[in-house]
Amino acid sequence: MEKFGTLEVKSGLAEMLKGGVIMDVTTPEQAKIAEDAGAVSVMALERVPADIRAQGGVARMTDPAIIEKIMDIVSIPVMAKVRIGHFVEAQILESLGVDYIDESEVLTPADEKYHVNKWKFKVPFVCGATNLGEALRRIGEGAAMIRTKGEAGTGNVIEAVKHMRTINDEISKLTVLPEEELMTEAKNLGAPYELVKMIAHEKKLPVVNFSAGGIATPADAAMMMQLGADGVFVGSGIFKSENPAKMAHAIVQAVTHYNNHDILAKVSKSLGDAMPGLEISEIDEENMLQSRGN
Amino acid sequence: MIVGVLALQGAFREHIAMLRQYNVNAKEIRLPSQLQDTDGLIIPGGESTTISKLIEEYCFTDRIKEYSLSGKPIFGTCAGSILLADKIEGRKQDFLNLIDIDIRRNAYGRQVASREIELDVEFLRPDPFRAIFIRAPIIESMGPDVIPFAWYNNSVVLARQDNILVSTFHPELTRDERIHGYFLNMVRYKV
Repeated sequence: MEKFGTLEVKSGLAEMLKGGVIMDVTTPEQAKIAEDAGAVSVMALERVPADIRAQGGVARMTDPAIIEKIMDIVSIPVMAKVRIGHFVEAQILESLGVDYIDESEVLTPADEKYHVNKWKFKVPFVCGATNLGEALRRIGEGAAMIRTKGEAGTGNVIEAVKHMRTINDEISKLTVLPEEELMTEAKNLGAPYELVKMIAHEKKLPVVNFSAGGIATPADAAMMMQLGADGVFVGSGIFKSENPAKMAHAIVQAVTHYNNHDILAKVSKSLGDAMPGLEISEIDEENMLQSRGN
Repeated sequence: MIVGVLALQGAFREHIAMLRQYNVNAKEIRLPSQLQDTDGLIIPGGESTTISKLIEEYCFTDRIKEYSLSGKPIFGTCAGSILLADKIEGRKQDFLNLIDIDIRRNAYGRQVASREIELDVEFLRPDPFRAIFIRAPIIESMGPDVIPFAWYNNSVVLARQDNILVSTFHPELTRDERIHGYFLNMVRYKV
């Protein structure tokens, strides 16, 4: 009579994270700081994206011992990343009892053609997307939550904005198309027809969509919320800033009160330096994380 | 009649959609002053640690206590039931303390233990209610004034004490609006 791992149970946890901030952490101490600042969840990592970008090499799933330590110290849900297509890393994380798996372009892809078949798992998955077709392909593979990719580790919000606007525009377009055009549009998007039809009718994604990749300040976070994000991931933006606890707390307030300009002004004051940013045009094409696994 | 939904974090939009199915005027509440003209309040599911911090930070605690004292109904789902509980794992909370239950957080385990079940709810018989439990709490014990309405695995998952209604599951995640209908009757009766 009890059913586990159904789509509603998987996407249900993402629904509970809405209006919240998911923070990248690399140690139990950072996880505690994030929880105390009001994070709804933490992403357990070995290195934050800015360091992965700077240091290079193959980025893999985090040591399970570190993930377990983080799971022990906080009561909020714990997420962890697997390489795109690396279903064994996902099996390991499911066995640890991680609450959400991020099949992430921030790590080095393990499969150049295929993503993990996420329907086979009881643990829910979140995947990145830069446009609607990509989001629907991931949902078709069983993702229970989407995040727009942005460009991780840059502290530059421009790509996050681009991806959120792109998805919203593509959804709006579907809602005004006559039904006979939907099949061709599904072909153009490279997306499952049933999902395209569903979106044309419901006018929104069937799962929660967070914003990620480049959010570094409370103003960035509130802007993504005003653009329609259900919540935000902040990666390097917190623990690469001058005062992580203060920045984390301010971003949490900004996401709750994203439309209250007075509160946004108040929480943006005297936070110290945000993380150093990267200009997107200075990144070589092969170092753009967003084009991995589309 | 206006029903407020605490919109600090969590699944507040789903509650608002449920209320609108009954053509009720629903309002997002982010600051205590916005409670003023409402007749009932829903505290949604979300992360209880995050919501409780935001409740304190924006000085909601006393305001919600007064709200309850005036007899206005409050419905807490999942995280909402934790926030309304008198005790957590045997320890009295220094918080809202609006329903005499002792509750344990994440009591079924981590997300892989989240589940959906067909639940028998006393006031909805004979049709069962599809109840979705997400990292749900368990009510370990309750005082004599609390009325249980539904049980799962020997613990109460839906209960009421006077004007306070709590569920450890998420009626807002289904398309079944009957439990919201029950709460709206509580609000209507008070109005």
